[in-house]
Amino acid sequence: MSDSSLQQRLDEVFSSFQGRAQELIPVLQAVQREFGYLSGETMLAIANFLRIPASRVFGVATFYAQFRFSAIGRKHIMACRGTACHVRGAPRIVDEIKNILKIEEGETTADGEYSLETVACIGCCGLAPCIMINGEVKAKLTPKKIAELFAKKE
Amino acid sequence: MTEINLLINGKAVVAEEGQSVLAAALAHNIYIPHLCDHPDLKPTGACRLCLVEIAGQVVTACTTQVLEGLEVKTDTAEIERVRKTTVELLLINHERNCLECASDASCELQKVAQYVGIGLHDLKKYGAAVKRVDIDDSNPFFNIDHNKCIKCGICIRTCDELQNLGVIDFANRGYDTVVSTFDGRPLIESDCKSCGECAVRCPTGAMTLKTQQTPTREEKTICPYCGCGCGMYLGVRDNKIVSARGDRENPSNSGSLCVKGRFGYEFVNSPERLTTPLIKESGEFRKATWDEALDLIAKKLVAIKGDKFALLASAKATNEDNYVLQKFVRVVMGTNNVDHCARLCHAPTVAGLAQSFGSGAMTNATKDIGMAKCIFAIGTNTTAAHPIIALQVKKVAREGGILIVANPRKIDLCRHATIFLQHKPGTDVALMMGMMRVIVDEKLQNENFIKARCDNFSEFKKSLAAFDLDFVEKTTGVAREKIIAAARAYATSGTSAILYSMGITQHTHGTDNVLATSNLALLTGNVGRPGTGVNPLRGQNNVQGACDMGALPNVYPGYQKIVDAKNQKKFESAWGAKLSNKIGLTHMEIFDAITDGKVDFLYTVGENPVLSEANAGHVIEALNEIKFFVAQDIFLTETAQFADVVLPAVTYAEKDGTFTNTERRVQRVRKIIEPIGDAKPDWWIICQLAKRLEAIRHPVLDTGSKSVRGVQCSQHSVDSAVKPRNDAVQQNEAMQRNNDAERLGKLNASGFDFENAEQIMDEITAVTPSYAGINYERLECAAGLQWPCPNNEHPGTPILHTEKFATVSGKGNFMPLVYKPSAELPDDEYPLILTTDRSLFHFHTATMTRKVKGLEELRPFEVVRINPIDAEELKINDGEMIKVISRRGEVAAKAKITIASPVGVIAMTFHFAESPTNMVTNPAVDPVAKIPETKVAAVRIEKA
Repeated sequence: MSDSSLQQRLDEVFSSFQGRAQELIPVLQAVQREFGYLSGETMLAIANFLRIPASRVFGVATFYAQFRFSAIGRKHIMACRGTACHVRGAPRIVDEIKNILKIEEGETTADGEYSLETVACIGCCGLAPCIMINGEVKAKLTPKKIAELFAKKE
Repeated sequence: MTEINLLINGKAVVAEEGQSVLAAALAHNIYIPHLCDHPDLKPTGACRLCLVEIAGQVVTACTTQVLEGLEVKTDTAEIERVRKTTVELLLINHERNCLECASDASCELQKVAQYVGIGLHDLKKYGAAVKRVDIDDSNPFFNIDHNKCIKCGICIRTCDELQNLGVIDFANRGYDTVVSTFDGRPLIESDCKSCGECAVRCPTGAMTLKTQQTPTREEKTICPYCGCGCGMYLGVRDNKIVSARGDRENPSNSGSLCVKGRFGYEFVNSPERLTTPLIKESGEFRKATWDEALDLIAKKLVAIKGDKFALLASAKATNEDNYVLQKFVRVVMGTNNVDHCARLCHAPTVAGLAQSFGSGAMTNATKDIGMAKCIFAIGTNTTAAHPIIALQVKKVAREGGILIVANPRKIDLCRHATIFLQHKPGTDVALMMGMMRVIVDEKLQNENFIKARCDNFSEFKKSLAAFDLDFVEKTTGVAREKIIAAARAYATSGTSAILYSMGITQHTHGTDNVLATSNLALLTGNVGRPGTGVNPLRGQNNVQGACDMGALPNVYPGYQKIVDAKNQKKFESAWGAKLSNKIGLTHMEIFDAITDGKVDFLYTVGENPVLSEANAGHVIEALNEIKFFVAQDIFLTETAQFADVVLPAVTYAEKDGTFTNTERRVQRVRKIIEPIGDAKPDWWIICQLAKRLEAIRHPVLDTGSKSVRGVQCSQHSVDSAVKPRNDAVQQNEAMQRNNDAERLGKLNASGFDFENAEQIMDEITAVTPSYAGINYERLECAAGLQWPCPNNEHPGTPILHTEKFATVSGKGNFMPLVYKPSAELPDDEYPLILTTDRSLFHFHTATMTRKVKGLEELRPFEVVRINPIDAEELKINDGEMIKVISRRGEVAAKAKITIASPVGVIAMTFHFAESPTNMVTNPAVDPVAKIPETKVAAVRIEKA
């Protein structure tokens, strides 16, 4: 993305705000809506726009689970950590995904294919443990099924 | 201050209104464990340790204010139980290798744990230790070890509340809370200015200074870098300076230091220091003894007559050094050819403000700036060049005041600005006259002030006619709305201060620029009150003092004009010598005179004109032609390399004396270590030369005999202690009366046989009315003394012109102005404007700062700051070596693409010998002040 088109998109986002420090969280949300995540560049631009230290933008953004700091992959994995999934082995499922894709929660694979996030519940406890990939539910998982799902990454 | 009476643990305590219970207890020697409180910072109650019981409620003492009749208990069973758990929870997350920790014994957590009574066995119940995090050791001066961090937030609040930077904040709040820069980057890649204020406040070993050691002893002195004149304690081990810390009692800095002040002392013990005199033989330097070197110089000097000699004194040296230097030039050499680098920085201030206010110095005190409701900062990159004064400016902006920054470059201070006027270089007169036009058109001027305290308003008002906003907008490039907003804000705040620096003075119309600032202040009555004034920020630690001491070609000490016969007579009588009344040569003129064959002998003291003078190529030419050249310095500078004889001088840490900072505060500098090698104080060297010359000229005399001058001068200080005081003009008049010829006649004139710096100060005070009440005994008090200080009882003068101006009439003079463009404007061949600026991490020609490893690491080379649009047009990449070429020469440096430079303007510092920027700058001078136009030169850029 060239500097100028980045700036244009940011200006567009900022145009619905006044540039006051109190607007930080809505601005972070709006920027993430536009770009899918918060990059160093966009957070610096937010700091300049709101005239607050960049470290404060980062401090606030890192507090909330809703903000992410890398682009989501073409396939975005939401791994459920809700109670039902948890008791039926979600931690092992998440570990296996991390192990295979070699990423941590909130990260994206180097090739941009997969990104991983854990969520509190995706609302299909009967299918536990489960994950969603780009909105599609993969149900009643086992580490073996995970290995098959992401086979090509091995 | 209202007194509040309360009971702490049954003990009656008298506290101040607004004080916290914690502060009141600590002030009365009642310990309450605490970790997140710091007297400089707002209380947050984060560590939950300073719990106290008040009326059955447990509260944090740091966030509870004292109230009349309050009964406070600091150690109940409940408090002890809660506090113990809190400390245990801190300790399990804290690396416990105390013996290996740099903060062992000074650690507040250790102290609290001991007080509460916690042993390692108490922590077993909490299970496994937390995971280790890597130490951030990227900054050359201090480390962050997160494993020892207790999340008290003192570092974060220091950076935010005091420095107004906010480089660090808590990130990943929750179980993984960490003190983090933006994006968790290493400190070195952040906006950190490396001042170390966070590290010195850290209560544990989480932030520790890398380059400092625990000293054997500490001594109080003054920072040798900029004109802020910060008080500091230097720590010594053996004969080496190993630490520095701010002096909290000093009113100029209240304990704050910048990166140069805190860490920049390494040059003193640099192995590159000159340790013996050097004599050049067949183009090579050889070591020599003092006798050899001084005899050789004396022999050469004896053949030189009057105006064939010229000396450049030093704004880095003490008042005592400069006094002796100019006295030597006038008395021994019989010429007034003495000048120093003030010519290149604030000569227009001295010339301009003397016309309008009668005194060419900062009108207010540093502390005062923080009281302004509106600050107009024009042509000052305050955060880089005067970091401690910048703290006051940022404080005003933070607390809701209006900060107007006028600068061609988008400097750091713009972040804090309410209004940013990005005017074109050299259009300052147009900008300020435009603002004044708005003020007059909208009738916002202070009529009472103008009527009562000013002259020449109607003439001035006529000159405003030429500055309608169409013209001003077109000339300055600043939108009229902004000019109007700035004018209104400045005129109506009620308490507005002007700050300026080199951006105002280093122009061919520098004096006009200065007059524009004084016009603006007079027009709105913003002079003579706290938080107002015209405040030229002086660059060098003692540039004010060097001027005060008369290291200038046209004045004796205390700005007493040499062309005034009365002054000539006074000093002839005081110094016992015939003095020349011919005004001497200025800085630039000296080098012209050398190439014209009019000056044969040049003596420089602590100056580096090869890097600092505009059109430095001409200086090099002159130094190649000069018949004899003596350079006295602490290092073999680029200039000293041209010398026939080099004399090793001592640094500020090896001699006694005084510096006068930018707010006219005279402060004591102390000999803290023994001189390195055979280096000597500047005044000692000059006195030796004077004696040797006298021995050659008058061989009969015993030059070793002692004069009695010193004693008589001391008496003078006492007998001048009689004047009632309230304002600058009366003081001057009174001082003139006091310095009658009769008393001065008693002074032994030929004397250069001073035994110590104090004797020199005693002579200075005898002949310098504004210094008359200053002596070493009085300077022992932390505050120093701000001149004018006309007698021994006078407390000094924090604010000038409170009731009358120092002009002859006592009125402030409005000065009509016209807009004059810069001498060299861009054209087809040289399409860009080069302006010069400063880096926070270096000082002037970096003779000192580049000997400090960490500072060199923070800024190792020169960059050309260029706008992205210009860079794209010239197909220049970031970091690429480029050549900057003017009509006078060329210089190579790396390109730095940044929007801080406006389109058409590039900026460079003059700190780097490898990229000598002054090879290209314009030597055209201001006709009044003779300052060269280093802020505007037409250049073009080529790929290197």
